[in-house]
Amino acid sequence: MATDMTNLGHIDLTVNGRHRALDVAVHHSLLDVLRDDLRLTGTKECCLVGECGACTVIMDGRTVDSCLVLAVEADGAQITTVEGLATDSGLSTLQQAFLDKGAAQCGFCIPGQLLSAEAFLRETPHPTREAAEEAIAGNLCRCAGYEQILDAIMATAEAGQQ
Amino acid sequence: MSAPIIGSSPNRVGGIARVTGQHEYVADILVADALEAKFVTIDCAHARIISVDASAALALPGVLAVMTAADMPQPVPRFGPQLEDRPVIAVGETKYHGDPVAIVVAETRDLAMQAAALVHVEYEELPAVFTLAGALDPSAPLVQDPSLRPKDRFASTNVLREHPIGWGDVDAATADVVVEHTYTFPMVTHFAIEPHAYMAAPDGDGIAVWSTIQHPNWLQKVIAQVLHMPLAKVRVFAPDPGGGFGGKQHAKYEPLVALAAMHIGRPVRLVLTLEETFQAVRRASAEVRVRTGVNRDGSLVFEDIVADYLIGAYADIADRVVGKGSYPAAGPYNVPNVRIMARSVLSHTMPSTAFRGFGNPQVNWAVESNLDEAARAIGMDRLQIRLHNLARKGDAFIPFDTPADGHWEQTVLRAAELIGWDSPLPEGRGRGIALGVKSGPTTGLSYSTVRLLGDGSVVVFAGTSDMGQGARTVFAQIAAQELGAPLGWVAVVMGDTAVVPYDQQTSASRSTVLMGNSVLQACRSIQKQLSAMAARLHGLDEAQVTMDRGVIHLPDRDLTVLDVLVPGLGRLGGELTGNGEVRKDADPTHPLSGAPAFFEFNCTAIEVDVDRETGDITIARHVTVSDVGKSLNPLQVRMQDEGAAIQGLGHTLMEHYIWDEKGRLRNPGAIDYRIPTSMDLPLELIGATIENEDGPGPYGSKGMSEGALLCISSAVGAAVRDAIGVPMRDLPLTPERVWRALQEPSS
Ligand code: FES
Ligand code: FES
Repeated sequence: MATDMTNLGHIDLTVNGRHRALDVAVHHSLLDVLRDDLRLTGTKECCLVGECGACTVIMDGRTVDSCLVLAVEADGAQITTVEGLATDSGLSTLQQAFLDKGAAQCGFCIPGQLLSAEAFLRETPHPTREAAEEAIAGNLCRCAGYEQILDAIMATAEAGQQ
Repeated sequence: MSAPIIGSSPNRVGGIARVTGQHEYVADILVADALEAKFVTIDCAHARIISVDASAALALPGVLAVMTAADMPQPVPRFGPQLEDRPVIAVGETKYHGDPVAIVVAETRDLAMQAAALVHVEYEELPAVFTLAGALDPSAPLVQDPSLRPKDRFASTNVLREHPIGWGDVDAATADVVVEHTYTFPMVTHFAIEPHAYMAAPDGDGIAVWSTIQHPNWLQKVIAQVLHMPLAKVRVFAPDPGGGFGGKQHAKYEPLVALAAMHIGRPVRLVLTLEETFQAVRRASAEVRVRTGVNRDGSLVFEDIVADYLIGAYADIADRVVGKGSYPAAGPYNVPNVRIMARSVLSHTMPSTAFRGFGNPQVNWAVESNLDEAARAIGMDRLQIRLHNLARKGDAFIPFDTPADGHWEQTVLRAAELIGWDSPLPEGRGRGIALGVKSGPTTGLSYSTVRLLGDGSVVVFAGTSDMGQGARTVFAQIAAQELGAPLGWVAVVMGDTAVVPYDQQTSASRSTVLMGNSVLQACRSIQKQLSAMAARLHGLDEAQVTMDRGVIHLPDRDLTVLDVLVPGLGRLGGELTGNGEVRKDADPTHPLSGAPAFFEFNCTAIEVDVDRETGDITIARHVTVSDVGKSLNPLQVRMQDEGAAIQGLGHTLMEHYIWDEKGRLRNPGAIDYRIPTSMDLPLELIGATIENEDGPGPYGSKGMSEGALLCISSAVGAAVRDAIGVPMRDLPLTPERVWRALQEPSS
């Protein structure tokens, strides 16, 4: 692995609505940069091979496993992380539903679940439960039986329909 | 008085931090000036270390140290919860694939990784054992140096210990029918989504250690011993872990990280990769032979059980898992003659450790499956044979132990009803039902402190780890209920040994019962102080004042806490403090050193659909019913039961470690080791509880969290057998295994 500290790339990106310009090691992932350079540690690190979904963020409207995206590839991108979900008036509807339905047990998978759910509901405001199951299929949770996470997604969708 | 908060499901305490990403897990904590560590390992299991050449690594600017056993205090410190057999780093030889030979410490993670790859280890591979058969072969190489176990009659074998238990006389007993089979259970891993992480920092004349640990007080003792420091100088921070399931109970690499930090004089951080976590913790695999004797009327005559568990290279808590897990192996039945022989067998694999169910699922899979075979042999319904033999409340089903502590038949009947046991079975489907019983905590010691602050808000100090089970919420509910505070006015402080009083451990589904009672006791002490205060303020005798559920009763009226607290504390304000201490001492005469505080009891019933072309199993209906005494928080109870059930489907259907001939783990990590996803859920998952308020915990509660995992494999296996007509005796029930079984229906 190249670890030459002088091998830096400059990137400009927007994270949770805030413009960030920084020099990053070219081999570092978006996850590395979010967690270590920007100290946005809500995005979690687990498998580092794109299988667990703990590092899920929204990049230009789509979910990505940030462990698989090189930071330099995110140059110019719009990124939403879990820290960007809450609004000035408090938790987002989705976050509130996760809280109310008890979706979070240990909570470690929850940022990734939230971002997958957020992107899914933006695209599919009136989903079936089966579709929601598919939407979070890439986000492993070892604590729950996924039921409360799905309940929260469906409750958010229903709230949006009123 | 407001509505009771016990028995309701308020939002989780700590929930907001979890949906906003604010909760700081160990790997999220920023410690200024921290260095990064990385292990150096070799590509085989058992090897003699000839030399370690770190010169190229040390030549990199920013690499501070490459430490091997030679750089440790001599003799190299060893530790372990059962035997102090595990060195902080490999000494002379590696014992398993992933055993660290050296630890590299550098300014950045990149550098540490780069340097670790540059360390050259010369080694000679040694003969090794990775299976029960290999380890038990009389000519097998010994995993442990016999000098570690002086005077131990097994020291010259790979058997760590034997755990014989039984009653009656199996040899003399005669039964109409005897059914005998052997069953296997795979090696699986916890796969908490948070990989293990550690940090240590010199702190004046002491040390601070951060860990994803479940037992911070236990870790504090280990570090104090390894560093020769008083407990008071070892401060362990244990932020709520991201899942534990037993894998985070005991110290693993904290002593090594602490030694590195002390050696260098700067904070050192080690975050394991998921692959490294796979090489650090796992469940013991097992092979279990069961002979079941039954009469034609369905009465069990004997159970004769031989269970070999393959543990790893060091004891960790694995031998206790074997002893305690096999102890109730005959199940929740009145069986007059029982003989159980369980053995913990060492191997050149990573140490196995506690994992939800604690050694019970392995024997349950065998014994409950064999009971199904016995029922078939005498032509009896599989539910009926269970009800016929099931211990009723008060029955001493294990003769020298706590009698059956629940109306377990209610649990079984409820599960049978929910699955529709007597309803016609759709074409191609099969049903199974199984019972699980687990001994709860046999010893315990939980201190707590509760502070009622001047404004009526409350701070609870409890040394439990909230790793997702929701202990914070339950303790807050207890304090809110007893001291009349809204839940949002209760804070729960955990995970800091310098601040929080001692708690023995977070395991065995104990915390609601043991720490819960401790918190209740602390609250009741404050209630007494408030009653005395009210008596003083109103010129009454203390005996005339009582308090419950946050209300102070005078002979002529009721007062709120604030009515009394504010004038009672007076102008300077202040607070009231209560302490709790719940102790369950060891009983040296008991085979487990103590009778369990309670049993966890569960009945799982399953309906499956098996695709005869592919061997693929669909769980059409999954019913799990637990006797929990009383749900203090029904939603959390449901989530724990569902989580345990789905986790159990993992080892039942898909999870297992795969080894190569050199004892190298071939499927570490998330690509080749699958755990259940949202696409693997039962089509229908139905959970229920039996609540007779007959437990030893607060308000009649019992421990729960493991029950729904105990007998899941047995229930699924029975359903599959029912569907395909072929018994399955090896887990996991992968499509390939089921398909193969279908090809040889006569087996
Ligand atoms: S850490 Fe990125 S998918 Fe697992
Ligand atoms: S809540 Fe613990 S991993 Fe999902």
